[in-house]
Amino acid sequence: MMNFIEGMIEYEFLQKALTTSIMVGIICGVIGCFIILRGMALMGDAISHAVLPGVALSYMIGINFFFGAVFTGVLTALGIGFISQNSRIKNDVSIGIMFTAAFASGIILITFMKSSTDLYHILFGNVLAVRPEEMVTTLIIGVIVLASIYFFYKELLVSSFDPTMAKAYGLPVRVIHYFLMILLTLVTVASLQTVGIILVVAMLITPASTAYLLTDRLWVMLYLSAGIGVLSSILGLYFSYTYNLASGATIVLAATMLFALAFIFSPKQGLLWRKIKVFRKETSI
Amino acid sequence: MKKAILVKDLFVSYHGNEALKNISFTVNEGNLVGIIGPNGAGKSTLIKALLNLIKKDKGEIQILGHSIKEMKTKVAYVPQRSNIDWDFPITVLDTVLLGTYPNLGIFKRPKKEDKAWAIACLEKVGIAEYINRQIGELSGGQQQRVFLARALAQKPDMYFLDEPFVGVDVTSEEKIIAILKELRDNGKTVVVVHHDLSKASDYFDELILLNKELIEYGIVEKVFQPEVMRKAYNNPFHSITNLELKI
Repeated sequence: MMNFIEGMIEYEFLQKALTTSIMVGIICGVIGCFIILRGMALMGDAISHAVLPGVALSYMIGINFFFGAVFTGVLTALGIGFISQNSRIKNDVSIGIMFTAAFASGIILITFMKSSTDLYHILFGNVLAVRPEEMVTTLIIGVIVLASIYFFYKELLVSSFDPTMAKAYGLPVRVIHYFLMILLTLVTVASLQTVGIILVVAMLITPASTAYLLTDRLWVMLYLSAGIGVLSSILGLYFSYTYNLASGATIVLAATMLFALAFIFSPKQGLLWRKIKVFRKETSI
Repeated sequence: MKKAILVKDLFVSYHGNEALKNISFTVNEGNLVGIIGPNGAGKSTLIKALLNLIKKDKGEIQILGHSIKEMKTKVAYVPQRSNIDWDFPITVLDTVLLGTYPNLGIFKRPKKEDKAWAIACLEKVGIAEYINRQIGELSGGQQQRVFLARALAQKPDMYFLDEPFVGVDVTSEEKIIAILKELRDNGKTVVVVHHDLSKASDYFDELILLNKELIEYGIVEKVFQPEVMRKAYNNPFHSITNLELKI
């Protein structure tokens, strides 16, 4: 542990890695709450994968991969909606078809690029090598995401909980859906360096699910989820640095560990207390 | 009397299958109206079409003399219980506060007076002691009352309820119908999708009898005739025999 703290003081790259991971922990945690409450975990996985061809194209043209990622991410979201609305294909299947197609195209596009290490870094992240301009991208995305959720909290709440009511009183629920898809692609782009495309879905749904087990209020869930995301990032980075492991994997496993703790010990929803409650009830009869 | 709802030549279909055919009727203000009919008759579809939640193929709909688009915030909708995620992290009070959203507009948060009003609505339906519970912890009847409180919180001119008595205990059902009658007495128009024929005559002033087409519309005595009911319910089943006994 001392080693990690000393390293933190000494090495700039580690400071940058930590700052980036913390930002990613917060934004993934916050947006993840809405993803799991709207039953869109699979959609989150899909959009994050669908970003790959966009990233590859951006590299080729030489623009910030932010633009390419949003383009293919949103295109895939639209494609998924189009297929499930215009055929008997169910939504989860439509998601599977579209995102694997996007991901496969991404892999082919990336083979045209010079080195295969690029692919590896995009897929699995490498936060210890984060560059200043990537940190700025993450920061900007973080500000956009948090501001959107702050200003549209009311609309996001009602359209997640009761979309029919939201629609009845005139909210554009479909626009809100695609707006959330755009935020999701932005968050994926922000997480590329930290956890990579493959594992970003874990940062979206695991801390949010942990928070979901701990509270009955959405705003508390948002703060908790962000906090748990940050904690996972710090713990993960510590293990990554100390044992020289891939940062994405250690961050995700740290998040899983925290989830397991909540799953067992959560005061209201935890396995342990549920068992105790059942036991007490049985013995009292 | 002012016209609350005007429907003219309404057609609605799902993926090319006709759900509602050639529906026309007018409801006057201050009525408690039940929509009845067999399963798949298009009862919920009719409410959804009135609220512009689904697209209509053809026809005209007016709410209090305006198009529904102008009246969106003036009508409250209570969805079927089965359409709600009861594990959602939301408390009873926050659920009722959603009712104040339509009149708040974008970017504005509910204030102290909105909260006080939401609590008043909860007191009205008799759930005020549970305001801080998560909604899934309440019984089915209590949940339905919370959603009625949410509709009240919106202060609408018109209420639409979809099967509000399904899975609801007797106390809650009595409480809900008493409130609906009170709303009607105060000049509001209340439209309820209902499937339990045995109580329909006690509950409603007027009935819309539906089976894809409008079979009959009018005061309860007019609709609740065996020969009229048979047109909607093709097979003679027990509720109709009950009905004959009653008349």
